[in-house]
Amino acid sequence: MSLRGKAAIVGAWEHPTRFAPNRTMFQIMAESARGALADAGLTIKDVDGLCTTGVGMGWMGLLGFSDYLNLTPSYVDSTAIGGSSFVAHTAHAAAAIAAGLCNTVLIVYGSTAASQRFAIGTGGVAGGGEPCDQYELPFGPTTVGSYAMIAQRHMHDYGTTPEQLAEVAVVARQHAALNPEAKYREPITVADVLASRVVSSPLHLLDCCMISDGGGAVIVTSAERALDLKRPPVYLLGAGEAVRHAARGVRDFLEVAAAQSGRLAFERAGVSHREIDLAMVYDSFTITVVVTLENLGFCKRGEGGAFVSGGRLRFGGEFPLNTDGGGLSSNHPGMRGMFLLIEASRQLRGEAGARQVRDCRIALVHGTGGNLGTRHSGATLILSNQAG
Amino acid sequence: MAAESKAYTKPLPHLDEENRPWWEALKRHELYLQRCRDCGALRYYPRALCPECLSSRTEWLRARGTGTVYTFTITYQNATPGFRESLPYVLAYVELDEGLKLLTNIIDCAPEQVRIGMPVTVVFDDVTPEVTLAKFRPVP
Repeated sequence: MSLRGKAAIVGAWEHPTRFAPNRTMFQIMAESARGALADAGLTIKDVDGLCTTGVGMGWMGLLGFSDYLNLTPSYVDSTAIGGSSFVAHTAHAAAAIAAGLCNTVLIVYGSTAASQRFAIGTGGVAGGGEPCDQYELPFGPTTVGSYAMIAQRHMHDYGTTPEQLAEVAVVARQHAALNPEAKYREPITVADVLASRVVSSPLHLLDCCMISDGGGAVIVTSAERALDLKRPPVYLLGAGEAVRHAARGVRDFLEVAAAQSGRLAFERAGVSHREIDLAMVYDSFTITVVVTLENLGFCKRGEGGAFVSGGRLRFGGEFPLNTDGGGLSSNHPGMRGMFLLIEASRQLRGEAGARQVRDCRIALVHGTGGNLGTRHSGATLILSNQAG
Repeated sequence: MAAESKAYTKPLPHLDEENRPWWEALKRHELYLQRCRDCGALRYYPRALCPECLSSRTEWLRARGTGTVYTFTITYQNATPGFRESLPYVLAYVELDEGLKLLTNIIDCAPEQVRIGMPVTVVFDDVTPEVTLAKFRPVP
């Protein structure tokens, strides 16, 4: 059974907050659920499926959130694979709907990482209980450091330059200037990125996403039901998932999860790379975008640095990317996959205002979760405003 | 020296029945890898089953202790106790001569001197009476 065109995102809402010291995580999640349901023209009573990670939500967080909103879902999924989780949830929701397990799924996220001063990238790596941790944590890995080691190897093997990586941050900021809700909107230059302090070589502060508060939600339902609702449906055409890790010590570090998840998503969608009008690619760090684009097949391995250069990614350029400003400039409360879904939905519905991509018909969403240099996940979706 | 009298505050590994022989070998300043007796696959870190063929038949192979820097980062920011007092430090993957990559620190050299491909050799760092870490330094 193919999922192509069987389900659609019918509600999408991004919490406008970037700093919320007076809100709780569950409150942000519930407000996001309210926003997405209102956007869809549905009520909380229509929700019979629930996806959320449970991460940072206490012990068995999905149960706690069900309690908070008095939800009684018949389908639940707490897949927690880092920032890509919500992208994976969307595919899982579509599969569950197509299989008849439920009708309307709420996928929801909230975080107060900034107001709680949670050092996501430089607080050391969370965990400690897994076998692999015993051979890593004693040496002082950080999230930034994990991605930095990928950048270092990429530069060594392919001559990728700090200027090429910086271009990704500069473009993100240009896009953020067109997004009234983005946290950082004043222009930056390649020189500004290179002049910012090095957090973990070769990555500078401005190569790294921010830490903000925030949240969001999307509603997924069947393609049939979607036709009766308020908003133009955003159909799921194809999806793929993958994990990559140390591979017993023999990993090829520049082959990342996106290679597998992207291939599966393109195959299942029956769409070619040339048909993608918008790419929403997780930009935890500038290097993440470069390596992900290569692994998704938009350019050859090693050519990512050249691919992101020369204005290709800039608004109005040939390859619209992360039009909301991304985690580098709009918001990043820890797991940004949710906002990739929301911005792709806004663009496919033609609601992106000053940053609207013209004739945006097919969007690719790729979430990366975890740490690229140690263990990470990838989830890819291909979405369209047309069912097939 | 004051530094030596201070308690060791960096994260320590949790020793269990599955990994104890490996850590005990490190304490004797010996670095071992595992090899599957059935399919021959080498593996790092140590674990009870071969992830290639799921065999439990395992042999221990003494590593030469030499390799090259596969990739690295000079860490300038880490809030973890122990590390925040030792900035900057080099986090690296070393590719051992046997072909396996392991996460470690490059020590005994200025961080700016570390390069990918640089030959390195193991240094056994007795960080506590129970735990020895396999770190690496440039081959002179």
